[in-house]
Amino acid sequence: MTRFLAIARAEMRILQRNLWLLMATIIMVLFALALTFAGSAPTGSLGVDMLTVSVASMTTLSVYLAPLLALMISFDAVAGETDRGSLGLLLSYPAGRGEILLGKFVAHLAALAFAMLIGFGSAGAVAAWFGGAGAESLMALGRLIVTSIILGGVFLTLGYLVSSLANSATAAAGMSAGLWLIFVVLYDLGLLGAVVVDESGVFTRQVFPWLMVANPADAFRLWNIGASDSVALTSGMAGAASALPVWAAPLSLLVWPFLGFGAARFAFRRVEP
Amino acid sequence: MTDSILKIEDLCKDRGQTRVLHDVSLTVSPGERVALLGHNGAGKSTLIKAVLGLIPIEGGHISVAGHKPGSGAARAATAFLPEALSFHPALTGREQLALFASLSGEKADVPALLDRVGLGDALDRRIGTYSKGMRQRLGLAQVLLGRPQVALLDEPTSGLDPISRQDLYAIIDELAAGGCAVLIASHALTEVEARTDRIAIMSKGHLVANDTLEGLSAQAGLKTRLRIRASQDADAIAAQIGGARINGASVELMCAPNEKMTELRRIAAMGDAVADVDITPPRLEDLYRHYAQEELK
Repeated sequence: MTRFLAIARAEMRILQRNLWLLMATIIMVLFALALTFAGSAPTGSLGVDMLTVSVASMTTLSVYLAPLLALMISFDAVAGETDRGSLGLLLSYPAGRGEILLGKFVAHLAALAFAMLIGFGSAGAVAAWFGGAGAESLMALGRLIVTSIILGGVFLTLGYLVSSLANSATAAAGMSAGLWLIFVVLYDLGLLGAVVVDESGVFTRQVFPWLMVANPADAFRLWNIGASDSVALTSGMAGAASALPVWAAPLSLLVWPFLGFGAARFAFRRVEP
Repeated sequence: MTDSILKIEDLCKDRGQTRVLHDVSLTVSPGERVALLGHNGAGKSTLIKAVLGLIPIEGGHISVAGHKPGSGAARAATAFLPEALSFHPALTGREQLALFASLSGEKADVPALLDRVGLGDALDRRIGTYSKGMRQRLGLAQVLLGRPQVALLDEPTSGLDPISRQDLYAIIDELAAGGCAVLIASHALTEVEARTDRIAIMSKGHLVANDTLEGLSAQAGLKTRLRIRASQDADAIAAQIGGARINGASVELMCAPNEKMTELRRIAAMGDAVADVDITPPRLEDLYRHYAQEELK
């Protein structure tokens, strides 16, 4: 067995035993179900099935929740080991630092994927059962699940980055909260402010869509909305999505995990246990 | 020593503006047990981390079984027992050791190893429920994984009860008998005195002594202590043989090792005035104090 898989297996056991996996799955199921039922009201007026509305609501949810869950799981990955004093021993074994990080990533991503699949899957099943689902809305659900996992993956790597840069697990937790706030809330607010000041000038038409898609959280939103007309209809974000080429959002979201992992790997190299 | 498996030459290490290791040179041969002594902050742990390749060094050269520290081959040849040992509390002893075995690429008999260190009963219990001594034993079990060529043990006996300490040194002896070079950083002077082949003393980042116990004693020229208990008048004895009164009934006399018999004959010649004599040769504690303070002056 390769070394990173041994690490991944141990990490997976830890996630099961400290109930993180269970809690994350319960959170996902509860939020997804709540949104599906609460969001089912506009079905009639928009002329789409319940699953489509549900996917649109869950997309908005996932923008906040996927990064949050990912950061909660990953901020401790390096700083926690340093705090406990177990990193020195781990690094004295022949496994390289990249392998250690990769092993943790594989386990954490699998746990996130499980929580997303069960959460969104059960909400999707309920929506389809009560309100019907077409081929297109099922596609949208599948896309939501896959992109949510990728988005989670991006923030896992960013979590490892702050975990390697921070001096303690507490500091890493604080930095993770800041990171979440910047990527998920402040970045969009800043862009919105710039658009308002610009009053539909060059910035709004040429620069703004690209700046938006550069943020993985927005790329996630744009991908889900741009790919499905009915989801775009229900979320009212068609404007920004149509200003960009189709490949922009998927490219951004798919490149980010590699960028994040590379940065985390670089920062981890400099950690002295 | 040309056959040294661990070679450290002129090692220098800075922490910020401060130099914490000054030209430290130390070698350990296969099967040799070397004690590394020093105050807190003397640089023992830093030295070990440098040998493991965990920290960059500013000068000098280290070779572990002929490899660069931190390289895959060097890490495969090295076993390490850290000072503040900790494992993830959610894993069991068996799982933790199996993980280490996979990482080192060894096919290990995990239950047998845990049995060897006395954790056979706690195999499938979570490490969170282990006592400090049990965690230390688990740490020792991972040292035994995969027949290491170099073992670096940082304060291996801290937190262990006396019986566990004896077990630990038995295991260290076993490792050394198998050809492993063992470097033990420790504060527990009386333990390493009897259980190591050579003693290296560090003080403020300098290696101030590196020899066998006998060699160190001879170099230091420390005196043997004779304590004479008087049957009646201690003052009279003190006046006669020139020692110092240390309490109501005893006199203490320091003499060089080669003068010991002469002194004893003089004391014996005093007949009934002397009730008892204790002879204390210089211990490692005295040597340690001598070498560690010599550097401070």
